[in-house]
Amino acid sequence: MAGLLLSPTEKVFIVHGVQEDYRSDGRSNIDYRPMELETDVVSHASGSARLRLANTDILVGVKTEIDVPSPENPDLGKIEFFVDCSANATPEFEGRGGEQLAIGISNLMQRAYHSSQAFNLKQLCIFESKQCWKLYVDILILECGGNLCDAVSLAVKAALFNTRIPFVKAALMDGGNVDLQLSDDPYDSKLLDVGSAPLQVTLCKIGDKCVVDPSAEEESCSVISVIVGITGNSSCFSEDNSSPDTGGKFTTIDMNGPGSVAPKTLKDAINQGRVAAKLLDKSLGEALLRERQESVKLKKYSYGFLK
Amino acid sequence: MPGPDLLSSQGLRLDGRRPNELRRIRCKLGVFAQPDGSAYLEQGNTKVLAAVYGPHQASKSKSLQDGVVVNCQYSMATFSTGERKNHPRGDRKSQEMSMHLRQALTAAIKTELYPRSQIDIYVEVLQADGGAYCASVNAATLALIDAGIPLRAYACACSASMAWRNGQPEPLLDVGHVEEAAGGVVLTVASLPSTGSIGLIEMSHRLHMDYFDVVLSRAMQGCKDIEVILDRAVREHLAEGWTKQDVVVI
Repeated sequence: MAGLLLSPTEKVFIVHGVQEDYRSDGRSNIDYRPMELETDVVSHASGSARLRLANTDILVGVKTEIDVPSPENPDLGKIEFFVDCSANATPEFEGRGGEQLAIGISNLMQRAYHSSQAFNLKQLCIFESKQCWKLYVDILILECGGNLCDAVSLAVKAALFNTRIPFVKAALMDGGNVDLQLSDDPYDSKLLDVGSAPLQVTLCKIGDKCVVDPSAEEESCSVISVIVGITGNSSCFSEDNSSPDTGGKFTTIDMNGPGSVAPKTLKDAINQGRVAAKLLDKSLGEALLRERQESVKLKKYSYGFLK
Repeated sequence: MPGPDLLSSQGLRLDGRRPNELRRIRCKLGVFAQPDGSAYLEQGNTKVLAAVYGPHQASKSKSLQDGVVVNCQYSMATFSTGERKNHPRGDRKSQEMSMHLRQALTAAIKTELYPRSQIDIYVEVLQADGGAYCASVNAATLALIDAGIPLRAYACACSASMAWRNGQPEPLLDVGHVEEAAGGVVLTVASLPSTGSIGLIEMSHRLHMDYFDVVLSRAMQGCKDIEVILDRAVREHLAEGWTKQDVVVI
């Protein structure tokens, strides 16, 4: 963060706090700041979510398209991530200014969702080797207040949870063509199984310890951060708790920043990230299920940006 | 003339509005903390976010001796339209929109107050359902006010189209996507209603000169109506007494 000046004593205060697992704003090392999340905010998209974490504002829209599966994976659908850094966030993003950051985040997301244990692409198959759904996950960064990767992964999971895919009847016709029949009823659709979708947790190394969701002050005390992508727990995202625990598997590990870490610290950081991701995943599941209940009972009030 | 189907025999439009009725406008100033000014505006199902940075020092190549450089960027989210867009900005339509935005907003800003400076106005369309340009101008005006930049007057934009009812011409106010797609004339006006002057006028398709005046005056009336709504929003926002910038984060 530019324009933030801390004296050496202030930095020492922050570093000592982190050692004692008690941070300058009262959080522990694995606590996140409060977030605001709302799904179903864009009516032109099949699924959407808006997340605000401190000063970071993310809007995600999911659009669906019918595509031909790739020859090497004939029974899998496709998912594509696109990040757009809006110039609303900072004038540096004007024109093509935000492209580098955008490509970095979209590649990270693509890698995290690549594993079949993270997101089951079989549910997007319509007719093997002929037709499948392609999901376009479009991420719009409206304001940058730090901790982008975590916020993006949370918003993406929420948007996918909210996504509805229409039921399609497929039949093989003469000549190998596929005949698709789409229902006219927009409610004749299925929801995606996204329980195991990964969450990214950024761990910022301060002293020998790591913290999640650093504030701007804490970020300026740290030289390196480790980003881990950890699969979620399906049972947190369905009303019946019968589904098995799929959580806690790593799909990506990434490092960011000019410094370096000792192997011991890295191992501690990864384990800490796993604990944080589990808690985060559980509360995300609770919030999303609560919102779905409200929208089923028609009690949901749509806030959008007017709040 | 396409048009008899734009108005029902009862004189109602495809979405149930009367010919001189605006879509519902809801807006909010100061939605973001980082920009100097920001605003969100919904006009029916068209949703727009605007952010203003500045005035700040202009880069040497752009800088003007006698006024401020107004820099606009119009971009549409990839999921904003029915069909997915591949590029949020940089295509011909967005560049044209950016130019039109600059035209309309420069007319409103007191440019002579800030020589050698620059004001950046960024507009992001989150959902497009017709009249995205009009909503962008209205949102940008609110963002400029939120940023505290002196304006001559509110810059408001409104579109109008033309239909026939019982053989009489009946201009339609605030054209939606369905009416736009029906292929009639669309006249877009950005004006400063309190001074009565027009900052930008743009028309697509053809219109007989005899009917130009009625359509234009309907669009101008729309701008006046929008000004009342924007003015009320600004007053309410100021009466609330604080914006997100003023909240001190410890």
